[in-house]
Amino acid sequence: MKQRLISALKGIIAGDSLLTTTEQMRPYECDGLSAYRELPMAIALPKSIDQVKAILKTCCDLDIPVVARGAGTGLSAGALPLSNGLLLSLARFNQILEVDPVNRTARVQPGVRNLAISEAVACHNLYYAPDPSSQIACSIGGNVAENSGGVHCLKYGLTVHNIQQLTFLTMQGEEITVGGSGLDGPGYDLLAVMTGSEGLLGIIMDITVKLLPKPDVAEVILAGFDDVALAGSAVGLIIGAGIIPAGLEMMDNTAIRAAEAFAHAGYPTDAAAILLCELDGSREDVAAQTARVCELLNTNGATSLQRATDPAQRQRLWAGRKAAFPAVGRLAPDYYCMDGTIPRRHLPQVLSKIDELSKEYGLAVANVFHAGDGNLHPLILYDANKPGELEQTEAFGAQILETCIAVGGTITGEHGVGIEKINQMCSQFRAAELTQFHAVKHAFDPTGLLNPGKAVPTLHRCAELGGMHVHNGELPFPELDRF
Amino acid sequence: MSTDIELSEQVTLAHTQAQPLRIVGGNSKSFLGNATDGDSLDVRTHTGIISYEPSELVITAKAGTPLREIEAALHEHSQWLAFEPPHFGADATLGGTIAAGLSGPARPWSGSARDFVLGVRCINGKGEILKFGGQVMKNVAGYDVSRLMVGAMGTLGVLLDISLKVLPTVEQSLTLQFELAENDLSAWLRQWSSTALPLTAACHHQDTLRLRLSGTPSSLDAAHALLGADARVSDDQFWNDLREHRLSFFESEKPLWRVSLQGGAQPLPLHGDCLYDWGGAQRWLLSDERATVVRAAVEACGGHATLFRQADLDAPVFHPLPTGLRDLQRRVKQAFDPAGILNPRRFSPDW
Repeated sequence: MKQRLISALKGIIAGDSLLTTTEQMRPYECDGLSAYRELPMAIALPKSIDQVKAILKTCCDLDIPVVARGAGTGLSAGALPLSNGLLLSLARFNQILEVDPVNRTARVQPGVRNLAISEAVACHNLYYAPDPSSQIACSIGGNVAENSGGVHCLKYGLTVHNIQQLTFLTMQGEEITVGGSGLDGPGYDLLAVMTGSEGLLGIIMDITVKLLPKPDVAEVILAGFDDVALAGSAVGLIIGAGIIPAGLEMMDNTAIRAAEAFAHAGYPTDAAAILLCELDGSREDVAAQTARVCELLNTNGATSLQRATDPAQRQRLWAGRKAAFPAVGRLAPDYYCMDGTIPRRHLPQVLSKIDELSKEYGLAVANVFHAGDGNLHPLILYDANKPGELEQTEAFGAQILETCIAVGGTITGEHGVGIEKINQMCSQFRAAELTQFHAVKHAFDPTGLLNPGKAVPTLHRCAELGGMHVHNGELPFPELDRF
Repeated sequence: MSTDIELSEQVTLAHTQAQPLRIVGGNSKSFLGNATDGDSLDVRTHTGIISYEPSELVITAKAGTPLREIEAALHEHSQWLAFEPPHFGADATLGGTIAAGLSGPARPWSGSARDFVLGVRCINGKGEILKFGGQVMKNVAGYDVSRLMVGAMGTLGVLLDISLKVLPTVEQSLTLQFELAENDLSAWLRQWSSTALPLTAACHHQDTLRLRLSGTPSSLDAAHALLGADARVSDDQFWNDLREHRLSFFESEKPLWRVSLQGGAQPLPLHGDCLYDWGGAQRWLLSDERATVVRAAVEACGGHATLFRQADLDAPVFHPLPTGLRDLQRRVKQAFDPAGILNPRRFSPDW
């Protein structure tokens, strides 16, 4: 089958657009979640839409699954190749097709880097708001596939709130446009369904993103706390006071020390937790809000306070947060990044549960949160070279996600399900909902060849897992159907 | 028996018997979309706020809850539905608001109804109660079915409970008025497009541009000084009347079109009276032009047109879709409602 695929592809793409040897394909064996690796039958790097259409048709005819890949920075193994499939890289679709400063939109190809959009429109005093940590490398097509967030999505929303129109190809090579050139499209809101669909519904070829005028001013406040719970309640107080910060981030002591050693951002290394609060808008509004936030922090247990108004100072304070993942990476040979979201009021409870589990498993955790919207990123530190430690880490991670579900949260806030969280989907959803997801998939992709086995588990898989989380003979969530 | 189980049993029975159902809420938006017939499935008894956590910025309520009840509860905590949903009648329900997916004047700046939906519980066309999304701000587990339900007019599922993100109310608003010819609107938008202004509404009609600004008093003064204006009004009456279609513009007997297109586009080459809302991205057009003429002109600008209030015009209510998209939408409908019993033809003449 591999030979048939390769010879068919050679009629469509050639030279460096087709990778087939192990050495050529090795760099593509994983995405940002390197614990999962696989080599595909072949890798295609087409340059034109017609080539993509022809490739899809070929795979359709040969019944070969297709996994789309952008920059490969995803954290849930959504772009993990399939050994019996083709990996379709969209990296060469890297053109910004059109910038419309009056309507504040840009039409871009899927391989354009997230940050490149903001750079290209900066001359119009505009920017693209969603800013995942990987924004210097990640591509907009992947952002759409994962519905990526970032540190500013509390105020400015996720990818789904910041795109207007998409053109995608079906497995049969048909071009379909959803959304509109205005603020909505005709018919059902398929733009919403496509966003975050992890490559299971179509191959995204063209994206119209919304742009925003840069705010007049921004100010960052850094507050240290000697108690994590106090930092958590300060978040609720700020939002309860009617203030929606542009970003509201929290880090625990392990993360603070790692980030400070790495980025020298001036963080208080003795603090149990810090909050980073960015306020932006008009000069007058920011001044009023900053005063209010500082007052709230001071009267609610902040042990230190720093304010940054000029861009260099702000950048310094953010540098620690943005470098948190690589910084934590220096504490242990490997780390595993989780991505649950919870109602914010349960933060202290979930944190103490994570602490408890950390002791139980003997694995350290550094906590980095998008505190404003309850999105947790516990980083579990481990050593993949120690036999069994990866499995222990995964079991620990799974329990953190189950804890998130138990308090009314979700197993993934912004990283997607991919392969990584596919088992937890069986806890979050019942059979009827999973069946409905499969029906949606079938409506878009009757062949089932687009990224199969990711994002939505089969009922069979869930049934096999039925007993996995039984503890002392009790199911942790007896109200959920098991099948 | 709880109302959601009762409703689901009614849908299950209807599915078995292939009996069409007409979902009924407050009837405030029954004028919208195509006529549908079938046994009525009344969701008005499924009512009440389930949870409201002001500091979490989330409210969850049953679909039959009157919209005014939701707004009153939020108002007590100085919060609101920032998409400013039109009521179009005192009995508007939360479910109807989400099913119709309409948003008010603030939409281009604050977001639309679908932008604020975090999760739903609903009944699909087989009578199964399903839960999607949740009560948290960020959630990418599974396809975003919650947002798909917004604007689907009940044709994909009967909404039971809806969780919405809510926001703090604005501190203060003011309206600036400018004399500006329709043909000069595009140039005006061009001039200010890259400036961060505290805009929360922008409407143009009959040579008057009205802007609503919201923020702290001092930021409003600063924006006023920057923009200038021919008049400054402090009350919100105009915007409420625009949202609820109570302006005298809407009293016409002519067909009313809702046109969605790029805000910066030029005036449409169509006879009639045009009111620009959403900074021009939503235009209300009163016109006797034939539907095909209206739609051709709108399509030429990349937009789409809905016949919002029909008068007696015999034309498709919703903008006809390209074949591929239409077929995909039909398959999506079948995925949720295989027997085609939920509000048949309300959203599409074909299903």
